[in-house]
Amino acid sequence: MERIPILRMGSYLLVTVQVDMHDQLAQQLQEDLAVKIVQTGARGVLLDISALELVDSFIGRMIGNIAATARVLDVATVVVGMRPAVAITLVELGMSLPGVQTALNVELGMELLRDRLEETVFNDHFPE
Amino acid sequence: MTISRSESLPIRSSGDVVVIRQRVRSAAEDVRFSIVGLTKLVTAASELARNTLVYGGGGNMLLEEVHESGRTGLRLTFADNGPGIADIALALKDGYTTGQGLGLGLGGARRLSDEFHIDSAPGKGTTVCITRWK
Repeated sequence: MERIPILRMGSYLLVTVQVDMHDQLAQQLQEDLAVKIVQTGARGVLLDISALELVDSFIGRMIGNIAATARVLDVATVVVGMRPAVAITLVELGMSLPGVQTALNVELGMELLRDRLEETVFNDHFPE
Repeated sequence: MTISRSESLPIRSSGDVVVIRQRVRSAAEDVRFSIVGLTKLVTAASELARNTLVYGGGGNMLLEEVHESGRTGLRLTFADNGPGIADIALALKDGYTTGQGLGLGLGGARRLSDEFHIDSAPGKGTTVCITRWK
């Protein structure tokens, strides 16, 4: 079966969506990612959607679900690379992806995740 | 209004929904829609094709290139012979769904189109027609 690859980069997981996803493929990714998070003990997920020319309500919901599932597993998700036309359309559709952290590109997304991780480590060492 | 091109596509599987997105995209590129206009139309098509599949039990889409008073647009007509919609106003409301979706599809597709018509009654199937002008 066709699957979207999930790459491990140190303590992060990188998912680059490069195909026009049909609904089952999007659903499969949600499940695979949750399993992979637990298997690898990843600290963050970077979801790169720069190749996606369309995010409809189904794919938008998948993005929200991935972020929510990761959060429940104590893992931060950053969605990177959303195209401007996709962002405009998504908002008009009625989805502003509340609770989903975004960044313009992979580098900035990585920085965000790193900052968050350092913050967590700092708070663990110096609890209030 | 004149129609310069017309193509009918089946909607029987989620793979067909992807094909519809690709066909609408290439038609919008042919008539040189702006990137935002194109993205809005393809997204609306994706929502309506999924509705046809999930709620209508499948059907088809008619894709037409239309011309009227010097302007060019694309008209998409989604038709199914499913159970139909009893309360159209309610179905258009954001957040309302009888399925497992978010209830954004129909209302969202209307916002993303310039013209929107829906014709449906219980037992009579559903036809949704949208037009987006260049």
